[in-house]
Amino acid sequence: MILPELSRSMLKNSLVLGLFAVATVGGVTLLQQLTAERIHASERAAQLRALNEILPHGSYDNQLLDSSIEVHDPLIGTRQPLAAYIARKDGKPSAVILQAIAPDGYSGAIRLLVGIRADGQIAGVRVVDHHETPGLGDKIELAKSPWIQSFEGKSLSDPDEAGWAVKKDRGTFDQFAGATITPRAVVAAVHRALQYFDAHKAELLGAEGHPAAPGELLEDASEPAAVTTHSRAGDAATRDDLKADEPMHEGGDAR
Amino acid sequence: MSNPSYRELAINGLWKNNPALVQLLGLCPLLGVSNSTVNALGLGLATALVLVCSNIGVSLVRGVTSTAVRLPAFVMIIAALTTCIELLMQAYTYELYQVLGIFIPLITTNCVILGRADGFAARHTPLVAAFDGLMMGLGFALVLVVLGGLRELFGTGALFANMHLLFGPVADNWQITVFSDYKGFLLAILPPGAFIVLGLLIALKNRIDQRIAERAKALQPEAPAQSRRVRVTGVIE
Repeated sequence: MILPELSRSMLKNSLVLGLFAVATVGGVTLLQQLTAERIHASERAAQLRALNEILPHGSYDNQLLDSSIEVHDPLIGTRQPLAAYIARKDGKPSAVILQAIAPDGYSGAIRLLVGIRADGQIAGVRVVDHHETPGLGDKIELAKSPWIQSFEGKSLSDPDEAGWAVKKDRGTFDQFAGATITPRAVVAAVHRALQYFDAHKAELLGAEGHPAAPGELLEDASEPAAVTTHSRAGDAATRDDLKADEPMHEGGDAR
Repeated sequence: MSNPSYRELAINGLWKNNPALVQLLGLCPLLGVSNSTVNALGLGLATALVLVCSNIGVSLVRGVTSTAVRLPAFVMIIAALTTCIELLMQAYTYELYQVLGIFIPLITTNCVILGRADGFAARHTPLVAAFDGLMMGLGFALVLVVLGGLRELFGTGALFANMHLLFGPVADNWQITVFSDYKGFLLAILPPGAFIVLGLLIALKNRIDQRIAERAKALQPEAPAQSRRVRVTGVIE
């Protein structure tokens, strides 16, 4: 009989495949558990480096990562709350670092940090995470090209409304050879972040942030829930949103 | 099938049957990340590591899997290994992981790996399969690094920029500026540059092979026994 033979081999094959699936998924899960902490630390260290690049040491004297408020607005690309970091010098707010998402990158969302001084000028912009084409769109990284520095010192009025675009769209910002979509998305996202800052200036700069007093920094750092809440990623959010929402106290921000 | 000697495997992987120059497999990542030495080296090593591990894994289970479920089982092994490498790179070379981006998960679809798994590892013992994986992986990585180095050199005038992404702070000063005051040659960095440089590399390899064959022919009347050895034609196992 052919049929029982066939069903026996089918049973055997599916069992083998099932075992393979269990074994490989098990292996990956194990490694994921083992590396999760380390990956989290690497991501946080990278983000901290980015924050310190935008606001150089000396331009603020508070613990940046512990002084955040949650903001969310379509203008910064998300309805999910994202941390905005408030820099203070001598007790006065000197700058805000907003997290902004450009949803319209060439290969998905581009996550940015936009530092805006209290007077509305851009202190600096850095790309935190992107999936742009290597060699083309990745020139938005400072490591690949100084392009991202062209935002420094710009504000809502300089250049004017029409100037906030890439040159191809009659604006003032360069695009890269071979990639227009990426810089276009970044320029638009930075522009929107500026508009958001302008509309919520009082709220952002007046905010006390967490923790309120410098003396409480260390105590508050041990209570992550008091600083920000962990929000699950929503429609516009990627898996990376999760880590960005989380408070980052440990290590690094010792200045 | 009789086990080929290690020497044969090495010559096959690195030169005669080189995955990038002769089999022309895995061209997508090869062309995609070969714009700088550090990218090329990072992806080359990751690919070689996956190749060695997948060859061992496939060789170990070669008795268990029947022909019908062979390929899905191999793909599962390869995909799991690639995910593991991705996690490890994320943990230990986070910045390089960010640079290489989508090309790390794409290692799964690299035809070299499935090709070696099905064509070689499934018919040989783990040790031989591992060595074959290592040689094929090195052959692939070598071409990738040469391609990356050449494109970086012609494109930016420097070599070994950003090596700290892979090796940490030790490599901060490894950059060599070969041509100072070099305006950069964008074509070499852009995707067409990858095709052109790879084409030139293949041409160079063929030219060298031709020279070797000519020399062997010239020697033939004097040493026929030796020449017979040289004229083994490439068999894809």
